[in-house]
Amino acid sequence: MAIFLTKESRVLVQGMTGGEGMKHTRRMLAAGTHVVGGVNPRKAGQSVDFDDRVVPVFGSVADGMRATGADVTVVFVPPAFAKAAVVEAADAGIGLAVVITEGIPVHDCVAFTSYAKKKGTRIVGPNCPGLITPGQSNAGIIPADITRSGRVGLVSKSGTLTYQLMYELRDIGFSTCVGIGGDPVVGTTHIDCLAAFQDDPDTELIVLIGEIGGDAEERAAAYIREHVTKPVVGYIAGFTAPEGRTMGHAGAIVSGSAGTAQAKKAALEAVGVKVGNTPTETARLVLALLDTVREAPQA
Amino acid sequence: MDLYEHQARALFEEHGIPVPRAEVTDSPQEARAIARRLGGSVVVKAQVKTGGRGKAGGVRLAADPAGAERAARLILGRDIKGHRVGKVMLAQPVDIETEFYVAYVLDRAAGRFLAIASAEGGMEIEEVAAARPEAVARTPIDPAEGVTSAKAGEIAEAAGLAPQTVDVLVRLWEVLVRQDAVLVEVNPLVRTRQGHILALDGKVTLDDNARFRQARWSTDSVAYDDPLEAVAAAKGLNYVKLDGEVGVIGNGAGLVMSTLDVVAGCGARPANFLDIGGGASAQVMADGLGVILSDPAVKSVFVNVFGGITACDAVADGIVRALDEVRLTKPLVVRLDGNNAARGRAVLDARAHPLVQQATTMDGAARRAAELADASRRSGTWPSS
Repeated sequence: MAIFLTKESRVLVQGMTGGEGMKHTRRMLAAGTHVVGGVNPRKAGQSVDFDDRVVPVFGSVADGMRATGADVTVVFVPPAFAKAAVVEAADAGIGLAVVITEGIPVHDCVAFTSYAKKKGTRIVGPNCPGLITPGQSNAGIIPADITRSGRVGLVSKSGTLTYQLMYELRDIGFSTCVGIGGDPVVGTTHIDCLAAFQDDPDTELIVLIGEIGGDAEERAAAYIREHVTKPVVGYIAGFTAPEGRTMGHAGAIVSGSAGTAQAKKAALEAVGVKVGNTPTETARLVLALLDTVREAPQA
Repeated sequence: MDLYEHQARALFEEHGIPVPRAEVTDSPQEARAIARRLGGSVVVKAQVKTGGRGKAGGVRLAADPAGAERAARLILGRDIKGHRVGKVMLAQPVDIETEFYVAYVLDRAAGRFLAIASAEGGMEIEEVAAARPEAVARTPIDPAEGVTSAKAGEIAEAAGLAPQTVDVLVRLWEVLVRQDAVLVEVNPLVRTRQGHILALDGKVTLDDNARFRQARWSTDSVAYDDPLEAVAAAKGLNYVKLDGEVGVIGNGAGLVMSTLDVVAGCGARPANFLDIGGGASAQVMADGLGVILSDPAVKSVFVNVFGGITACDAVADGIVRALDEVRLTKPLVVRLDGNNAARGRAVLDARAHPLVQQATTMDGAARRAAELADASRRSGTWPSS
């Protein structure tokens, strides 16, 4: 079943005719995604030829949805225009907007995440690699060919650590992998994904990847204690990060005693989550836990 | 980007928030002249981007212009928590009756801004919040509405601030929104014995992502603690100098942070964080390696790339280009996985540089880089072949 994205998902790409949009639309199509249209107000009525597939360009998200029944949009537009693009998608009533764009001002993120919530649109991102349900659909920039379909659900603040874990566990495979992004304000949180994976019959075990900054992992730990019965394996990046320095992601910063990797790891371990010290060790913990889950007698 | 106090003060003044008269200088003689202009008696304050200046001797009261010059001489050049004082601000002293605390901060969990206000200003708000949480009022701000006079009245009332602070609260919100700030703080906001409201000290943190529409804050407002950080920033590289001996380059902030941790787990200390980003070209890789190799503290380098969008063969080409441009004197351990990894490994194999070795796993590569740094430190210099 997977979460948020399935083989039935019909995907629009805002910014499809730009350089990044073209490159990744091609990759999404190759991964089996139903990309049903691009959006560009200046190129409405045109179409783009991707190898043997012709994808029409619409003047607005609303037009694209009317013509194709699209329910997902992937946003590749530059930072200065991203807020307007997301607001347009929310106004059109789309169910899911995946915002890949990096470097969006935080005031814009606050505005569009709050607006989308009122309109009932789920935002994944911004500054994220998107999400993939292997073998079914890929909305974003996650490489589709490094893993396969399976029973592990993955939620991560980091794109490359998502890829690393997907690759290490390629023989096991994944239900859905969601990159939620490393900005201070994101639309979909660890908790949203934990809740969805808990309810997803295709997910047997959950991997949660966090990093320094904020307290999202601590809140996820509290949520796990109350609501998650499936095994969770964690990994946190940034133990060696010095205080007060932004480590690549806009949200990855240790402020005083807040936001440390140590505190996040401790919070997860306190609720029974096994936390790896390296990505490889994390993958090993997943394998060991899957064995015990599978050996346990079925009720 | 954090602003200096004098820059924050200038912004407050621009937005109509009352501040004491003040001027900035880097010269003790000029400090004397400024004190004369401001009426003789002044407060002399170190301009550094760190808290706790007072305790570190960075804030002094001077009774007259000669005293201001002496105070400036004592403060300028001083080291405060690793920050060298390049400038001092001289301000008119204020006859304080009451001190308040007000700030707008980003509430990451709620995805919106929050007003934090207290009638107990002048000290560390964290200490007040820990000792007496009820003395600190936290009011969420709806992003669609912002801070109107009515909202400001609500904030002031919740915290027990003087009614005259309402106007300051509205204007401070304008500073936050118009300047694309992620934090604005006034501590203390004071009422003088004459009944005036004044922002005595302030902190403003701007959003680096908003620089494209906030052109006035050029890169010269950024203070780099390290010359290599300035070089890296000019090349558009995401680089943070650390105090260890293993140079680390990777793609993606999460993977690079993780690489630092894995290196530290092998008993070595990372010398830096350098993220070449997604889809990096050979030139970006070559530039990154150039920056790291010019750091004398670096004893070995670990290049850790998981090619998602980034192609490993482009990374390998960049390494080879760097080898042609700079004479490599430090060992390099490279781990390539993902997109075009086999082609990338073949490129490095073909170049066959004696100081470059490849590893197949991240953990193994980190271990090797740590061993090489250790060996290099013991022998003083790495034998070049």
